[in-house]
Amino acid sequence: MEPNIRKDTQPAFSMRGITKIFGAVVANEAVDFEVLPGEIHALLGENGSGKSTLMNVLSGIYRPDEGQIEVNGEIKDFRSPGDAIDSGIGMIHQHFKLAEAMTATDNIVAGMKKPPKNSIKKDDVLRANILRYASRSPSKTHPKINEFSSRFGIEFDPSIPASQLSVSQKQSVEIIKVLLRGANILILDEPTAVLTPQEAKKLFTVLRKMASQGCAIVFISHKLNEIMTLCDRVTVLRKGKSIETCNVSDIDAYDLVEKMVGRKINLSINKPDPDPKKQVCLEVKGLTYSDSKAVPKLDNLSFTTHYGEILGVAGLAGGGQKELCESIAGIIRPQQGEIMVDEERITGLSPRDITQKGVAMCFIPEDRLGMGLVASMGIDENILLKEYALTKGPLIRMKDVETKAEKIIKELDIKTPGLKHPVRMLSGGNIQKVILGREIHLNPKLMIAAYAVRGLDIHSSYTIYNLLNEQKQKNVSVLYIGEDLDVLIDLCDRIMVLCQGKNMGIVDSSATTKEEIGQMMSGTTLEELRRGVSYV
Amino acid sequence: MFRISKKESFSKKEAISYRLIGFLIGIVLSGIIIAALGYPVIKTFISLAEGSFGSAIAIRNTISFLIPLSVTALGLSIAFKMRYWNIGGEGQILMGATAAMGVSMIMPASTPGPLMMIAMLLAGFVGGSVWALIPGFFRIHMKTNETLFTLMMNYLAICFVQYLYFELWKDPAKMGFPGIQDIPFKARIPYVSGVSLAIVAPLIIVILVFFLIKKTKLGYEIRVVGESEPTAHYAGMNVKKIMFVGVLLSGGIVGIAGAVKLMGSTGTLSSSLGGGAGFTAIVIAWLANLSAPMIIVVSFLIAALEQGAQFIQVRMGVPAAVADIVKGLILMSVLGSEFMLRYKVVVGAHGAKNKLDAIPSDKEEVHHVEPIVETKENAL
Repeated sequence: MEPNIRKDTQPAFSMRGITKIFGAVVANEAVDFEVLPGEIHALLGENGSGKSTLMNVLSGIYRPDEGQIEVNGEIKDFRSPGDAIDSGIGMIHQHFKLAEAMTATDNIVAGMKKPPKNSIKKDDVLRANILRYASRSPSKTHPKINEFSSRFGIEFDPSIPASQLSVSQKQSVEIIKVLLRGANILILDEPTAVLTPQEAKKLFTVLRKMASQGCAIVFISHKLNEIMTLCDRVTVLRKGKSIETCNVSDIDAYDLVEKMVGRKINLSINKPDPDPKKQVCLEVKGLTYSDSKAVPKLDNLSFTTHYGEILGVAGLAGGGQKELCESIAGIIRPQQGEIMVDEERITGLSPRDITQKGVAMCFIPEDRLGMGLVASMGIDENILLKEYALTKGPLIRMKDVETKAEKIIKELDIKTPGLKHPVRMLSGGNIQKVILGREIHLNPKLMIAAYAVRGLDIHSSYTIYNLLNEQKQKNVSVLYIGEDLDVLIDLCDRIMVLCQGKNMGIVDSSATTKEEIGQMMSGTTLEELRRGVSYV
Repeated sequence: MFRISKKESFSKKEAISYRLIGFLIGIVLSGIIIAALGYPVIKTFISLAEGSFGSAIAIRNTISFLIPLSVTALGLSIAFKMRYWNIGGEGQILMGATAAMGVSMIMPASTPGPLMMIAMLLAGFVGGSVWALIPGFFRIHMKTNETLFTLMMNYLAICFVQYLYFELWKDPAKMGFPGIQDIPFKARIPYVSGVSLAIVAPLIIVILVFFLIKKTKLGYEIRVVGESEPTAHYAGMNVKKIMFVGVLLSGGIVGIAGAVKLMGSTGTLSSSLGGGAGFTAIVIAWLANLSAPMIIVVSFLIAALEQGAQFIQVRMGVPAAVADIVKGLILMSVLGSEFMLRYKVVVGAHGAKNKLDAIPSDKEEVHHVEPIVETKENAL
């Protein structure tokens, strides 16, 4: 795609020499960043490289310690997020902030300011109209919102409550919300993390349309292929410094990673062949579970896993992955169905007994610490969590655990000042290694790894993939629940796709595409796909 | 225009100096009030110190204050470790004492003294734990709010003891005056060179609690439950059972404090037996950061302050209210220093701005940021 930017134009905004220090940590050090009108500009960097800090400075949440921000050539000093919004800067966060019970329109209009009376811009008239109608006649507002949205190719029904919108529609509402407030600089923080490939494609079309109308778009993402297909230019941050800004057309993914990490990294996952014997480890039959509000989460789910293979589980957020993991681990009790390990029934056993049967689970929840780790305890006491019950007597034995902790720290290269150092003070990657290391050391038959690389940067993610592959080679059966479809295809041998707790089909990862998985994620079964039926 | 944010960490040296400064500020503030009321400042403070440590009697009295405070705080700390807010210490003290009193009344007069004492201590444990487990049961099985429930149980206990005092257990020998009989002399904890042997109770219990929390599986489970219930579930812990046992131990130890107070100092039961120890102990447990050995140290300081405040009333003729003010100001300043130690306050426009400065890692930041944007938008 030919970028519709003119080099001679004034940047939509430019940040120069931005430095932001938190205590002893320099989050941003003399960072330069500018985006032209009509440009989609990727901001790339590992975790902790300072992307979020920089964007929070731009959107007025933090004040820089040094440096200045210019918007449309004017020097700005944002004293609050409100100031940034007034200057036309809008941020779309990863987690949406919609009032679920209110309609899309109400969500969009809530808190909007009246435009100045004598304003002559066309948008302001539309805004004024929307505001005027919103309080009195919602039925008149909806078409106006539709009119505004359709300019960018965005479609949703503004009259229905936010709770009934799909994830991608909620995102659209957020986008319209900031656009209607007059934003022409849009910051999107990992917008595709929650979308299916199809929805992501739609979003890209919308973003391109917005850019063609002169919007400046900052696109934050870890996914290199998205940056390569969507963006015009990319700025790489590393350790709080801006490393380079270049045209996407002049660079390939490997160069980008090298710039981001600071050294060459092999991006292909070394995938060992699965064990050809296909000996069954886990067998799930007709698993059905509804939560306490009677919302069905697992619906007659059946599948098997084999020793020496990685079975991937793909699906949209909330598609039953968590409930599946918790059922196998014995944390929740499914209403129907059976779970067998080595042909032995484990349904109804306590979590501890299931661990003893050789099932280990590494589940990284959204907050990363809530489940599986005790934040204020050290690595030693966290390793004790899975072992203390196995020893005899009423006392805990720290000696053995300490040796084991030291071993795990060494083997997995966990960076910590000491094994008593509270795990909450460790970085995300190290926290996840602690959990994974602990579970691996239980020598499980079945290893459940759910969102094991959640929030990790490329380097740490690959360490984790290698660990899982090692398990596979040790003939452990691995159940990998992931979000990134590229990784699922590269890492797993077979992939099961969940949609609303149903098994849509299991595909061979060497014979499938992201698009196929994407369609299954949104409700088409594998059989229907193969017959050529699609609901998407 | 100021904001408050949590400090990442602080050194031991900082901790000690902050608390010392807090204590000094308390002394200065109360000194100003004492001077304004026309009492000699220096002399009052010297008497305060004399009253708590100055003589053998003073130290003895301080210790007798220390015993119920420290035992109660140790008991509460077990519940607090689980993030179970047991505010019902006062009631559990009373019910522990009531149970011990009841046992002493039921047992035949011929029972040997040591046997009766053991029975009364056990009764104290049972009384306190039953009283704690009533709200505990509802919290564990029905998720009621234990803070309010345990608080209310205090008032129930006070009323119940008053009922015993005026009606059921009214001592006929008092010729119509309300009051309960004294416990038998052989059930009273003896004094050795003026110090009540009851001092053994906190010394034993502090070791037990420390050992329980640090070295036993149950203690480990209690710590994990307090940190994160989902994690406890995930590790296969029976959270309900752990909480039950934790509340039982917590209430039981507090109940023992009541029994010891009955046997060691008051000798009879009345609704004022607790003397507010159940509430002061909450402050002590937190000031000591729930560390068992520190609870003894903090209890001693608080007890000294209490004792000293009583002494200046007698020696200097300072009114009770003023003594209370002195006590309150010093305590408040030390508590304030604790806050200053853990949080920092940034004043001025800059403070208002960088509301959420913290060392951010990419993801967490997003979470932190949300509320601000929300309020800002709503405020527009």
